[in-house]
Amino acid sequence: MTKLLKSGAFAADAFQATADDAALPDGPVIVSLARFEKERETLLARNTPIGVRLKSDENPTRLGDDVNRLSLVALEFPKFRDGRAFSWARLVRTRLGFKGEIRAVGDFLFDQLSYQHRVGFDAWEVPDHFTIEMFNAALAEMTNVYQPAADGKKTIRELRAH
Amino acid sequence: MLNPRQVEPNMYRYDEFDSKFVHERVTQFAGQVERRLTGELTEDQFKPLRLMNGLYLQLHAYMLRVAVPYGTLSSKQLRRLAHIARTYDKNFGHFTTRQNIQYNWIKLVDVPAILRELAEVEMHAIQTSGNCIRNVTADQFAGAAADEIEDPRPLAEIIRQWSSLHPEFLFLPRKFKIAVGGSPNDRAALLYHDMAVEIVRNKEGRTGYKVLVGGGMGRTPYIAQVIGEFVEKDDILAFMEAVMRVYNEQGRRDNIYKARIKILTNALGIEEMRRQVNIEFAEIKKVGTLQLPQAELDRITAYFAVPAFETGLSDAMPDAGPDFANWVRTNITAHKAPGYAIATITLKTPGQVPGDATSEQMDIIADLMDEFSVGEVRVTHEQNLVLPHVRNKDLPAIFAKLKELDFASPNAGLITDIIACPGLDYCDLANARSIPIAQKIALKFEDLDRQHKIGELKIKISGCINACGHHHAGHIGILGVDKKGVEFYQLLLGGSGAEDASIGDIMGPGFTEHEIAGAVERVVEVYLAQRNDGERFLDTYRRIGMEKFKAAAYETVAA
Amino acid sequence: MAQTIQMLTANRLKTGDVLYRHVSGWVLMLADGEVYLDAAAADAALAAAQAETVQNDFVAPYLFEVRESAGRIVPVKEREIIRAAGPTVHPHTGKQAGQYNA
Repeated sequence: MTKLLKSGAFAADAFQATADDAALPDGPVIVSLARFEKERETLLARNTPIGVRLKSDENPTRLGDDVNRLSLVALEFPKFRDGRAFSWARLVRTRLGFKGEIRAVGDFLFDQLSYQHRVGFDAWEVPDHFTIEMFNAALAEMTNVYQPAADGKKTIRELRAH
Repeated sequence: MLNPRQVEPNMYRYDEFDSKFVHERVTQFAGQVERRLTGELTEDQFKPLRLMNGLYLQLHAYMLRVAVPYGTLSSKQLRRLAHIARTYDKNFGHFTTRQNIQYNWIKLVDVPAILRELAEVEMHAIQTSGNCIRNVTADQFAGAAADEIEDPRPLAEIIRQWSSLHPEFLFLPRKFKIAVGGSPNDRAALLYHDMAVEIVRNKEGRTGYKVLVGGGMGRTPYIAQVIGEFVEKDDILAFMEAVMRVYNEQGRRDNIYKARIKILTNALGIEEMRRQVNIEFAEIKKVGTLQLPQAELDRITAYFAVPAFETGLSDAMPDAGPDFANWVRTNITAHKAPGYAIATITLKTPGQVPGDATSEQMDIIADLMDEFSVGEVRVTHEQNLVLPHVRNKDLPAIFAKLKELDFASPNAGLITDIIACPGLDYCDLANARSIPIAQKIALKFEDLDRQHKIGELKIKISGCINACGHHHAGHIGILGVDKKGVEFYQLLLGGSGAEDASIGDIMGPGFTEHEIAGAVERVVEVYLAQRNDGERFLDTYRRIGMEKFKAAAYETVAA
Repeated sequence: MAQTIQMLTANRLKTGDVLYRHVSGWVLMLADGEVYLDAAAADAALAAAQAETVQNDFVAPYLFEVRESAGRIVPVKEREIIRAAGPTVHPHTGKQAGQYNA
């Protein structure tokens, strides 16, 4: 089982993951990119929050301006070595200017949380034994960073200038 | 000790931020080791984490690869490397074709302590392995060479910082190697890198960067192609980030042998690759946060300021006997300051292991650095060391000391100056040994007159298709293969890793361990018989082709 | 065709030392290791070792072929000969020189 960690705290998951062939339940749903593209009009016409889940080979710029009508983008890590979602999150946050939730789902390690946080993820489906202390520890391991990313953190170059 | 005073060379120095970063990284890795020992991390999970910090499990033990960013070391750092070899390993280290140093007998439980010792002298093992941006390499004569447009090291340092724990590019499809050059003569094998940056001058006389992608060796060798003809200096990080993003998104992840950027570049074609990179580049520029201000480039460049060279020195070479004259002929390169020279210390005395140095040898070289070369040494991708700033008049004293160390071979660039990967003697991936073949060939051609008569001839030996020994780029390349548990060696001719880069042609079936040195000798004899005036081996091969060489190489084997 | 005979090797997690499987655990020298005369015995030993990797004592177990030569058991492949002895180019190091981290 997993639980949802969002913006630094555990949170109830308001969204229902919905299979491509299942009827849409009431309330917020997460659908695949394929289903979103196919049923775009219907989904956008519903008066409930929508999330789209992307596989690691699906470029989120396919969503275009629609992204800002979504509440959630879930990015898959099929295995922790597959680092494509690090770029996808960056594009969603920086290029597409998405302000909603970017959720990491699938196989990732404690040691990747801080990098995911930097590229724009703000929500994680984590295993049940995971604690907030662990999350905070992961983010605190490296105080400073050398390169700008999607987290707006001051880089070492900027800190040096002061 | 020649000089107890440790000289601080002009090179990048950590400030509080760099120092904190590296120390925190040590603590982070120590935590990962601890979690592995308790079993919280499985070996499958730990492996990419330890590789990202240069730690391999090799044939006999763990191997730790320590970064020597762009090949520059201070005497203090070299002494620390000697100390680590003495304390945690078996009293020697191995300099590699990526300007790093490797220790072969490391215990996992000692690694945190070793990393702390490195951090104290502003060194680390960050990203010396793994599917991330690797340690950046550069021309070993940077800042000293007479033919240089600009010192490539300031940009290399900027790239080092930008790529260090870059959150987007730590889980790439495969490893990613970057090299920087500052001179039209390529001494850093730029064209065989995933990405290379060459400092160039445009028609208006302004300097900027030419960017190449998609070079590489391994199973499918490619020469890098130009993707950015002239990238403005302030755009360089944005441009590089664009290349990385296209690669991270689209590089193949289904087949480890097709995962490098060279495969993507050739699948898309360079035009399409350029188009996509330019779209990314424009987007990244719009955000603007990656622009490199001139002030920052100037600030980093100041660390690498040329030393205060003595003026009024004579360009004449001292007369110190025929041995010295021979050494000067091959191991000295023109320096940009009058009366100064660049001295290459070949770690290639015939019979020795290419690239190895003992703790004692490292300590004495550190003394030489302090006494004669403003405390600085360089590691070359040809597995040699370089004293970059020495006065001509000090060369005889340096030569005498190197003789005592058995590092005074006058063979830089000659047939016995062989690149060899660790091969099956150490490497878990190897199919055949490389080092003993290098030793045999070097001993066969030990006679100095013969070496000088043959002239420039680069032999490069790899113990498997991964090509850490650059066999594709050797004038004569040798590739070790495994046939039913027995070692065989294929010959390649006509490769080059320089600005005239070419991929060597495979001659034919392999030779046994006992035949290969003889086959090389017969190939060299063909060259001597066929060459025109002034032709290097490579030139003759390019003119006459494989046939005569092949006939001679197999001559006695067939009999 | 002669029956393939095999041995089982791994590395100690903490030190990296090369290990050979023995009935009562692991030993440092190939000469002290157990030889599996048939594939079933070898596969059983490998399966047992793989199950034990969760104890985080050793890593990367695998089987390799050996043969008898002049009354001694020796590996078939050059790779395993070197792994058992140490690097041929540094005879003063490795098990051939009696060195191991233990």
